[in-house]
Amino acid sequence: MAVPAAGQLDAPIVELAVASTTGSRVWARLRTHPSAIVGIAILALYVTATLLGPLVFRWSPVHQSLADSFLPASVSHPLGTDDLGRDELVRLLFGARYTLLLGFAAVAIGLAIGVPMGAVSGYFGGGVDLLSQRVTDIVLAFPNILLALALVAVLGVGLTNVIIALAITSIPIFVRLTRASALSIREQPYVEAARALGVPSVAILFRHVIPNSLAPVIVQASLQLGAAILLAAALGFLGLGVQAPTPEWGTMLGSSRNYIFSDPNLATFPGLAIFGAVLAFNLVGDGLRDALDPRLR
Amino acid sequence: MITYVVRRLLVAIPTLVGVATVVFSLLRLLPGDPAVVIAGPQATAADVNRIRHQLGLTQPIWQQYLGFMGRLAHGDLGISIRTGASVLEEIFARAPFTAVLAFTSLLIAITIGVTAGVIASTRRNTGTDLGISGGAVFGASMPTYWLGLMLIIVFAVHLRVLPAAGSDRGPISLVLPAITLALFSTGLIARQTRSAMLEVLGQDFVRTARAKGAARTAVLIRHALRNALLPIVTVIGLQFGTLLGGAVLTESIFGWPGVGRLLVDSIGSRDYPVVQGVVLLLSVSFIAINLITDLMYAYIDPRIRYS
Repeated sequence: MAVPAAGQLDAPIVELAVASTTGSRVWARLRTHPSAIVGIAILALYVTATLLGPLVFRWSPVHQSLADSFLPASVSHPLGTDDLGRDELVRLLFGARYTLLLGFAAVAIGLAIGVPMGAVSGYFGGGVDLLSQRVTDIVLAFPNILLALALVAVLGVGLTNVIIALAITSIPIFVRLTRASALSIREQPYVEAARALGVPSVAILFRHVIPNSLAPVIVQASLQLGAAILLAAALGFLGLGVQAPTPEWGTMLGSSRNYIFSDPNLATFPGLAIFGAVLAFNLVGDGLRDALDPRLR
Repeated sequence: MITYVVRRLLVAIPTLVGVATVVFSLLRLLPGDPAVVIAGPQATAADVNRIRHQLGLTQPIWQQYLGFMGRLAHGDLGISIRTGASVLEEIFARAPFTAVLAFTSLLIAITIGVTAGVIASTRRNTGTDLGISGGAVFGASMPTYWLGLMLIIVFAVHLRVLPAAGSDRGPISLVLPAITLALFSTGLIARQTRSAMLEVLGQDFVRTARAKGAARTAVLIRHALRNALLPIVTVIGLQFGTLLGGAVLTESIFGWPGVGRLLVDSIGSRDYPVVQGVVLLLSVSFIAINLITDLMYAYIDPRIRYS
């Protein structure tokens, strides 16, 4: 076999090096995925609005002025005012941070507990696995919103308890997904090699099992963000979430119900805001699924 | 088949016991003395004592637990603190409303979802497919409670063709709640049907069926859809849980007198025995539906029975 000249060898190696970092490969696919682009664009809009909104509009989201209640849209109040004369647009802009915080905090806790639990369960098997499987079965037997409602009913309402309730509902799905991957990863030659070299189990879990089972988890995390935001707003809508006067979108939507006949706009905009956020995470989730596993496309 | 049914029933038992245990623990998660919390701020010491005895909170915890489970086995869910009626009676008075709402919505979701999914899969990557797939993501991202309000604004406030709330106008009062509740599930069922159909449509037996000259719809329904059913049935089964949960929201929006509204009202009035009863009963229904889904698998796909 002829030895290739240096120039001939260089090109494919460079290409390989670029392609071999999973992150850039996934990003490259994501960038060309139509629904992912739409999702990312919506999210970028939300983040910009969250950061810049308070700088552009000087009104406070909780500033009340009864003389200004139910004002129609105008230059000083682009979306009008609510029942207590608070600026609707400013409240929506401030609301984005609560919605994003609720979603990210709940999913982060869900990941932090669910992924290690699933990895341990799948990797070690036996009694630990049996126990964690039964526990997830039980949590999954409750329809999500029912469990969240029951939890805030006893723990009490407010930001922290809503996050706890949402996190508990999102743990089981991450346990299931990570466990399923861990079951196949533990049979892989590289895990066997690590074991043979005497690498401690904890290191194998964190260096091999968890990183290699992340793909489906990442996709689910994005979808779960949408689900958590939807659920958080549902609790707020029922008056059992983040409490007024905090401008949380679900809570705003809930209090707009009283004025639905006189001022339907108050119900329209918070709902649109929730819808956009959930849609964005669902679209990004779809894009990630295709980018991480092109076979399913 | 019978062995399979028995085995699935036995596996459900620990889950049922676990669910009941979680529901029992709910009351004990209350910060402070449950009797004081339930009685509310205006209660006298006598009220608190009455509630404490009524809930059996004076006994040691293991006795409370065994008592709770024992009564549960006899179908006794306790007594409502607000009305004094049995929790089971309260729930059974409302259950038919929730059942009618959930089944109507499920029917809408299956009919539209499966049809749309099949159509999208046969017109892959065309405008129709894009429209259906896009619509499905929209539907699955739409907050139920918001959709309900928007439908009220359009059909009850502006067009005045449908009632905004209540259940006293017969089937016509079911229209808006059922559509609201169905949308989310319709989207998910359409998506799942599309992807399951796409997987099957590319396979050899479909091509063979077409080649031998079978009619287009016959190939689609008898060959393709029949083989794509498994993942679709899974999603439909899971949607039932979503529908039971979504009923809580839909019922509150439309003043529909079902179990979900009973739950929200009872949380508001701290009537915890009723809260426990509703959560337990809805979860048990969900477990039962999942069981039926599993048994349907075994019916659809004989391989599962023998594995």
